Amino acid sequence: MAQAQGSYYVPHGSYWPIVGSVGITSLVVGMGLYLEGSTWGPYLLALGAAVLVVMIVGWFGDVIREGVGGLYSDQVDRSFRWGMVWFIFSEVMFFGAFFGALFYARTLSVPWLSGADPETSRYIWDSVVLNWPTAGPGNTAMEFEPMGPWPLPTINTLILLTSGVTITIAHHALKANERLRLIGFMWATVALGTLFIGLQAYEYYEAYAHLNLRLDTGIYGSTFFMLTGFHGMHVLIGTIMLAVITLRCMRGHFRPEAHFGFEGVAWYWHFVDVVWLGLYIFVYIL
Amino acid sequence: DFGLLNMTEGVTESSRQIYDLHMRIFWITVVIGLVVFGAMFYSMFRHRKSRGVKPAQFHHSTAVEIVWTVIPLIILVSMAVPATRVLIDLEDTSDAEMTVKVTGYQWFWGYEYMGEDVQFFSRLDEASNRARQLGSGIDPSSVDNYLQNVDRRLVLPVDTKIRFLITAEDVIHSWWVPDLGWKKDAIPGFVNQTWTVIDEPGVYRGRCAELCGRDHGFMPVVVEAVAQDEYEQWLAGQRGDDGEAARTAAVDGDDAGARLAAR
Amino acid sequence: MTATTHDDAHHHEAGYGGLRRWLFTTNHKDIGTLYLLWSLAMFLVGGAMALVIRAELFQPGLQVVDPYFFNQMTTNHALVMIFGAVMPAFTGLANWMIPLMVGAPDMALPRMNNWSFWLLPFAFAILLATLFMPGGGAAGGWTMYPPLMLQTGDAFPFIIFAIHIMGISSIMGSINVIATILNMRAPGMTLMKMPLFVWTWLITAYLMIAVMPVLAGAITMLLTDQYFGTTFFSAAGGGDPVLYQHIFWFFGHPEVYILILPAFGIVSTIIPTFARKPLFGYSSMVYATASIAFLSFIVWAHHMFTVGMPLAGELFFMYATMLIAVPTGVKVFNWVATMWRGAMTFETPMLFAVAFVILFTIGGFSGLMLAIAPADFQYHDTYFVVAHFHYVLVTGAIFAIMAAAYYWLPKWTGHMYDERLGQWHFWLSTITVNVLFFPQHFLGLAGMPRRIPDYSVQFADWNLVSSLGGFAFGLSQLIFVWLVIKCARGGQRAEARAWEGAEGLEWEVPSPAPHHTFDTPPAVR
Ligand code: HEA
Ligand code: HEA
Ligand code: CUA
Ligand SMILES: [Cu+2]
Repeated sequence: MAQAQGSYYVPHGSYWPIVGSVGITSLVVGMGLYLEGSTWGPYLLALGAAVLVVMIVGWFGDVIREGVGGLYSDQVDRSFRWGMVWFIFSEVMFFGAFFGALFYARTLSVPWLSGADPETSRYIWDSVVLNWPTAGPGNTAMEFEPMGPWPLPTINTLILLTSGVTITIAHHALKANERLRLIGFMWATVALGTLFIGLQAYEYYEAYAHLNLRLDTGIYGSTFFMLTGFHGMHVLIGTIMLAVITLRCMRGHFRPEAHFGFEGVAWYWHFVDVVWLGLYIFVYIL
Repeated sequence: DFGLLNMTEGVTESSRQIYDLHMRIFWITVVIGLVVFGAMFYSMFRHRKSRGVKPAQFHHSTAVEIVWTVIPLIILVSMAVPATRVLIDLEDTSDAEMTVKVTGYQWFWGYEYMGEDVQFFSRLDEASNRARQLGSGIDPSSVDNYLQNVDRRLVLPVDTKIRFLITAEDVIHSWWVPDLGWKKDAIPGFVNQTWTVIDEPGVYRGRCAELCGRDHGFMPVVVEAVAQDEYEQWLAGQRGDDGEAARTAAVDGDDAGARLAAR
Repeated sequence: MTATTHDDAHHHEAGYGGLRRWLFTTNHKDIGTLYLLWSLAMFLVGGAMALVIRAELFQPGLQVVDPYFFNQMTTNHALVMIFGAVMPAFTGLANWMIPLMVGAPDMALPRMNNWSFWLLPFAFAILLATLFMPGGGAAGGWTMYPPLMLQTGDAFPFIIFAIHIMGISSIMGSINVIATILNMRAPGMTLMKMPLFVWTWLITAYLMIAVMPVLAGAITMLLTDQYFGTTFFSAAGGGDPVLYQHIFWFFGHPEVYILILPAFGIVSTIIPTFARKPLFGYSSMVYATASIAFLSFIVWAHHMFTVGMPLAGELFFMYATMLIAVPTGVKVFNWVATMWRGAMTFETPMLFAVAFVILFTIGGFSGLMLAIAPADFQYHDTYFVVAHFHYVLVTGAIFAIMAAAYYWLPKWTGHMYDERLGQWHFWLSTITVNVLFFPQHFLGLAGMPRRIPDYSVQFADWNLVSSLGGFAFGLSQLIFVWLVIKCARGGQRAEARAWEGAEGLEWEVPSPAPHHTFDTPPAVR
């Protein structure tokens, strides 16, 4: 495991990182200015995003060229794997913060506000009674309907689970060197991802248009939209990555025995899938 | 004052218990420190290359490792037991004889004697306030109780179990009088509870202990503990016009309301 | 440190010279150097802010700054020191030393390594720029508790984003460290043969990847509470300001071990060298480190004893916190046992390491006192806490970093540093740092809260002492800056094995270490 076979490929200097830093800085400064109401904000933000896209394309372009050019030994491959695994772990912890907020609100703060802590509810909130889902003791006038598990979220669950299957089939096809099956199932996975995003967008539309459920609908709206929103963003990113990887499959970048790029995306997709299951249970059902 | 070295013993049973805990743990760590640093200094003087010693080569001893895992554990248990006892005591707000509600504002305190129809605000006194302005040129030591004086003290009876309900209006504050032995955070939207029984009459000074913005350093707490009957008298005095004046002022905005609005 | 450049420029294939070499570099030694220099610069910036604090606290009354600016100094001092000085210093050391210690040709993901570093200057440019924005920079303390934090002026989103970027940088840096350690070891370098510095970094990196995203989540919620109407931290909406504190400290407590575990690794490397005796209890050191890391996840609410938690919670967090003394004690005892019957000499790295053991332990003792929940009702948010964490951070983390710098400067520059200057730096630092921070224990116990720009007169005397110590300590650091410059520019040539008792692969390569090392893996005995 821990052996350096032959020489490890160390890329020569690269300007992509510094481009990325400039891009990300412009992005966040633009975002900050936008939030503070400056007219410059959106332009700077868009510029930053554009620079980041260029950076990502350029950087990954280099990596792909080096990979296809056979510069990567098995050991380099393993570095990528560790990198991806720990990156996904960091993402898990990021979602953990929001799940933590949800659990805290449901098991501690909302009950405290509504009578479990008698003094708090008596002296500050007039002994209001709150039941999850709630917009909080200060928003009792706010009428809204929660987002139940049926039908869209359940359909979306099935879609994501199916996409987990299709990508696995594609992976087997890749290993068996069956190009047609590989590409077909990859596009199917991309399509399922896209469909998920579409339905999720529709769900948000429903929430805003008909359920009066918004980001500012108290703690329920906050946790609901932040959790599903960040998840949706990850699905979007995952779908884009899937599309890129599919194009690369079509170009024949991957060999049955070496295709980390493919696997990395597949892992990411499974991670997105698992987070969704958590959401489905804790946000929609319970 | 170079003599100010240690925690106050305070004027309540709890503050004395806490002081005892503090000293107990302090001395335990001193002893451990003496042993550990003693061994280390001994070694540093004896086992120097310049004294021509040849280094030993041992690097492992399971027995020793177990000993110095278990002994600290035992010491920790001996600390945890009394700590637990004190903590359970401190959290027991039952059987209180009276209740005071404390509300933190940026940057002063509001007090309400529950069920007594007495409430008022308590702010940094004028003299301190003048002297504390940037570059005021006023020598703080010329001000009586600089930064620990208020316009209206919280008057409390001695030998009475007093329950405090603590909350805040804007940001988190923390109500702290060292002589009572504790501080408790004042959290907007929530009410915290705690209690005290003051043993001795006197004036006890404390301060806000949670960063609450620009003037966090300038919202002192002053408690005046008086004998029971004196307290009753004082309370009765507050209920009259005096108290009424304070209350209306509070409602239709002297600088309390103004300051809140200006945020 | 720059002395290595011309030696290697000719076989630096990429051919980038001058500034572009540093901007585009993928070489772990270059990146390590960048990190270390950055860290030194930030130490001076953060230290300058500390001096503003100490100047204002020099005597009662407000003489120097407005209270709001004071709060900005306190907040940014901490952010700069933690995210700008200590963490990058450790990452710089990791970059330089881990590949050398495990016999790897470079870090596992060299391009990403460059990005980890080059995010930092941008993040700090944003952070420091906030000080000049309307309404001023962050002033809610480095803990950024809401609702206070939400009162920040225009700078608010920029502070959040700056911290996001620092977090991204740390996560990428840590991923790189883990991938390097797990995948790049030379044949024969089994896990239990790795130097302890590598072990402690492995665990630190794990902690960082686990908690930096949680911090990102916490401050993201602050951002949405401020701009998008969410109510995570507002009771009216069913949230709770204290929820933020839970999330923050779930990050924050492991964070403080992120700031000390690599220091443990450094000290465990240096003491055996100068005792000329193998480290005592290597494997128990590894297990102790792992235990500390594990415990660090379940003690966070000891920062919140006064928020009004249920009794069971207070008890749990008190017990769990106290337990950390056990594995930490194992480490301290092992260091003493390593010195026992060695043949010691006391060059500057060893002096700093010894001072670390004593002064960190003192900081640990005060930590243990803080862990006693009822007593913490008195200590909390006083200068006693400030004294505690400066003992573990300054005489802990910073002293260990100093020790490491002295220890490896010969390897980096190829020159021995000026030992006489080093001794001066050590003695001045050690004396003044205690003048600076020891009286703060007294102040805290006597009732002085932290984060105040002005205080009542009974606190004047010890504050005066502390401030004098602060200026003296700050000035003493200039000796170090001078020493580093001097060492980089010349001096007695260092041998490959610069220290008589030094063990480890890094001492098998010449000093200064060539630009590329271990292109073919070394043999590990
Ligand atoms: C490097 C950083 C670092 C380290 C290593 C530590 C180590 C410890 N810290 Fe500290 N701490 C901070 C940085 C650190 N801390 C910071 C920055 C804050 C303030 C944050 C803020 O509010 O801004 C803080 C605050 C803080 C608090 C909250 C105080 C308050 O706000 O009220 C507490 C409470 O429990 C605490 C406890 C501890 C304990 C028990 C340890 C233990 O790990 C110490 C263990 C070590 C020893 C005990 C010594 C060696 C052991 C022996 C010799 C064995 C035998 C000993 C015995 C059996 C007693 N710390
Ligand atoms: C690793 C972290 C770290 C480090 C290294 C330090 C280093 C120092 N800290 Fe800091 N500190 C924190 C982390 C750290 N601190 C944290 C987390 C807080 C809590 C913040 C909060 O409440 O939110 C804090 C808070 C804090 C306070 C409390 C502020 C308050 O509550 O209002 C004080 C007060 O004395 C202080 C002082 C110092 C001093 C004097 C140093 C010195 O060691 C600095 C020495 C270095 C220099 C001085 C720079 C070098 C020299 C020059 C730049 C040349 C010029 C020098 C002269 C002309 C003399 N720090
Ligand atoms: Cu109120 Cu600090
Ligand atoms: Cu902690």
